[in-house]
Amino acid sequence: MPAGAARGAYAVRQAPFERRLLSVSGVDRLGAYVVLRVADPTGPVPEPGQFAMLATREGWGGGARERPYLPRAFSVARHRDGESHFLLEDVGPGSRLLCQLEAGEMLWTLGPLGRGFTAPSGGRRAILVGGGVGIAPLAIFQDLLRDDAIVLLGFRDGPRAEGASLLDGARVATDDGSAGHHGLVTDLLAAELERDPMAVVYACGPAGMLEGVRALCASGSVPAQLALEAGMACGFGACFGCVVPRRGGGYVRVCVDGPVIDAAELDHVDVHAGAPE
Amino acid sequence: MSVSFCGLALAHSIINGSGTFDAIAANRAFAEDLRIDFPFAAYVSKTITLTPREGNPPPRLWEAAAGLINSIGLPNKGLEGYLAEDLPKLTRMRTGAGPGAERLLVPVVTNVMGSTTLEFSKLVEACDAREEIAALELNVSCPNVKTGLDIGADPLQLELLVRAVRGLTRKPLIVKLTPNTADVAACAEGAQAGGADAVSLINTLRAMALTPPAPARAADRRAWLGGRTGGLSGPAIRVIALAQVAAVAERVAIPVIGMGGVQCGAHAKELIDVGAVLVAVGTESFREPAAGARIAAELEAIGTS
Repeated sequence: MPAGAARGAYAVRQAPFERRLLSVSGVDRLGAYVVLRVADPTGPVPEPGQFAMLATREGWGGGARERPYLPRAFSVARHRDGESHFLLEDVGPGSRLLCQLEAGEMLWTLGPLGRGFTAPSGGRRAILVGGGVGIAPLAIFQDLLRDDAIVLLGFRDGPRAEGASLLDGARVATDDGSAGHHGLVTDLLAAELERDPMAVVYACGPAGMLEGVRALCASGSVPAQLALEAGMACGFGACFGCVVPRRGGGYVRVCVDGPVIDAAELDHVDVHAGAPE
Repeated sequence: MSVSFCGLALAHSIINGSGTFDAIAANRAFAEDLRIDFPFAAYVSKTITLTPREGNPPPRLWEAAAGLINSIGLPNKGLEGYLAEDLPKLTRMRTGAGPGAERLLVPVVTNVMGSTTLEFSKLVEACDAREEIAALELNVSCPNVKTGLDIGADPLQLELLVRAVRGLTRKPLIVKLTPNTADVAACAEGAQAGGADAVSLINTLRAMALTPPAPARAADRRAWLGGRTGGLSGPAIRVIALAQVAAVAERVAIPVIGMGGVQCGAHAKELIDVGAVLVAVGTESFREPAAGARIAAELEAIGTS
């Protein structure tokens, strides 16, 4: 079993069986993104890679607004000083309401949910590969790993690339060349794997990027853990909606079997894997 | 406030709709052991089929206006896997204690679906042999599977199916009706004539969503869901459920389980006021996993005020 690949060894912190009304303690702009800081001094400390279902208290479901109706899943980006941080991008009715929250307002949270990353063992180095808003779970994971990890982040453009400051020491690639390497983050990963073929890769981002990471790692027999995204209704295994195809047939539920899934369990990262708004 | 349903003693009148709560997965996700604090008065399983099913290809969900379209496709371990692996984990669950409420055992209702009468018969016979199962629910109404729809949408076909399996079990037999039919009350009468002990409704309404518009390729728009169409649930269907439950309760003498878009105790009370004995909660549990217990408490508060 390759390092960090042991199925069943993923980090899981169980959630209270209730959604909790928590207070926004601060909102930070980070280029095209918003970092939502939520006061949660008494809740369970999430494991890197775990997520929570979020919904604003006001204006969510019912009333004049017909959408959003269901809560939205967000990876925990950081947990420190009794606050959980979430990285948001306004891409639809749900994320828009969350982006509009201000300090002192309330939101519903259910979590932490799902299975997180497993740190590398045997002295192997971690390479964190993120794309867009998907860099979020890598930040909390870097907090755990401290200085040891190599961080490679890809973004569409300059305003989004400002999100790279969420992590320390990141090397950046942009689609439009406005910051860092002009090209794909997988270009940076390929070069890094040539230098250190014994590394373990941890990735989160859009489905196309994850598929690139998966294929690259598979060709070099590099163990990889992928934090997947899927539109989900519940987050705790009830709706069976957030499935992705598993190698050898059948499906896994992203919410309870993931969101962190060993790349070896997938034939490919399904193009529909990311679709929440 | 305890409730009697087909000879079963239930702690309150709120149960889950089939396929909307996975008690085993919930026990993995949450810190408290749900077996000693279960939100529903009875646990209705996902639909079990004779052989295992993987379910429909993704995408399986679409958020609609005040609702959800799902095209899950009944993934399950099959009869053998359910009886051997899942059923033993579903026993000994107890309801949470509300104010002054008794902690009662949560009976397991097993929902089954066959594609033929013979398959239904095998499922019912096998479940009848297991004492952990308190009651059976026949899924004749799932809009994702053509065969289920056909049987449940026709009163006579439905009567014949229920009659064929009625003799195979003495456990309470609930028929889950489809709303995708011309006359749901006539289908309920068919189920009653065939020997059903109760009917439950409404299942999801057949619905569809398209891929997002791509102006350059307008002709390429196609069904969003992997199963092409799906079933609509949530607040969007509540008033339709109210009308159908009322129509059925007027026409049959057997108990009715009402469901569809219930979000709070007042919604449950409406279904009870038109004749439902129990109320099932489904999509609301996706937003709030403990919704069943909350709605039961709200309903009790309404009843005693």
